[in-house]
Amino acid sequence: MENLISIFVKSIFVDNMIFAYFLGMCSYLAVSKTVKTSSGLGLAVVFVLGITVPVNYLINNYLLTPGALAWLSPSFADMDLSFLSFIMFIAVIASIVQLVEMIVEKFSPALYNSLGIFLPLIAVNCAILGGSLFMQEREFVNIGEATVYGLGSGIGWYLAIVSLAAIREKLKYSNVPAPLRGIGITFIITGLMGIAFMTFMGIKL
Amino acid sequence: MSVKIESEPLFSAKNLKLITDPINKNNPITVLVLGICSALAVTVKLEPSVVMAVSVIVVTTLSNVINSLLRNTIPQRIRIIVQLVIVAALVILVDEILKAFAYDVSKQLSVFVGLIITNCIIMGRIEAFALGNKAWPSALDGLGNGIGYGVILVVVGFFRELLGSGTLWGYRVIPESIYVKNGGFYENNGLFILPPMALIIVGIIIWIQRSRVRELIENE
Repeated sequence: MENLISIFVKSIFVDNMIFAYFLGMCSYLAVSKTVKTSSGLGLAVVFVLGITVPVNYLINNYLLTPGALAWLSPSFADMDLSFLSFIMFIAVIASIVQLVEMIVEKFSPALYNSLGIFLPLIAVNCAILGGSLFMQEREFVNIGEATVYGLGSGIGWYLAIVSLAAIREKLKYSNVPAPLRGIGITFIITGLMGIAFMTFMGIKL
Repeated sequence: MSVKIESEPLFSAKNLKLITDPINKNNPITVLVLGICSALAVTVKLEPSVVMAVSVIVVTTLSNVINSLLRNTIPQRIRIIVQLVIVAALVILVDEILKAFAYDVSKQLSVFVGLIITNCIIMGRIEAFALGNKAWPSALDGLGNGIGYGVILVVVGFFRELLGSGTLWGYRVIPESIYVKNGGFYENNGLFILPPMALIIVGIIIWIQRSRVRELIENE
């Protein structure tokens, strides 16, 4: 249990997807003009990361890692399919995003209306594939840890995009040098926010 | 029905523009804001930046060519998945080649090689250009955008390594003797090694570029 809490807190603050690894930057910079839309995109990211990381964990552990196929028959025990992981992960992500989109549309039109337009964007969001690749690199011992890691990273991303959007809304009232307006100042703000987030780095959990 | 046969030289002015435009006026990073995801975390040192830039140039060019050749056979509805699979196959190739010939760098790049798949430049160029153009212009477009991305990456990597570690490509540039610990006055700026500095450097590059090319200035 303690372990799970530590993974959760670490993935939100210490290993924040945006400020520590720059993942999902493209949509982070492009969709952060208002708090409302950015929180919609953030929720969709939390949702999809929470599903794809555990699914890819299962695929990684029962199909891809060296010896993972031993459950099929002992003769597969020395198979190593890990070079296929990129293609498997991205296919899983693309199809789950499609599936989630259809399910949400069918059962919760209200949620679909708020998430809908963002879901297709998410298939090519680096944070999602990054979540799965970091899951593979960190070798979590069970699916619980992988799920908590996925959700935590998603929440970290959500916090980052909503706070940037809040700052950008306020920025309208300030006089930024003309060549820096728009994307330039957003880069610098993100850099400064990243420096602020580095205070969490020393935390040992 | 008349069929117009287009014949133009391989490097006509129009085609050359496809390469030169993305390097400055249509730069994927500073103007279109594509592909920042995997760009910034690898720029602590010059060497991984160059390797990453070359990998992305190779992948954008080849994926543009392949998708352009297949553009009339891919069904509209599942095109994203097909494109992702083509890109993923190319990235696996690059990854295996790096592991075989440049193992240390490939370890430093860790997951970021895999993340070339979701690099928005690649998907963006396929969607915006390769699906509507012939193979040769698509190859040039991919090459140009890859170079535009690579230039920014190498510039950021250059400054971060020079100011953060005092070396370039692993070789010492700023002499040991002027460091404080050897009785000199100089100290490395540790801030440049930290990830947020990459963003601030790109911000400054945008500032410089836009004050030279005024038409890029945004009016919010």
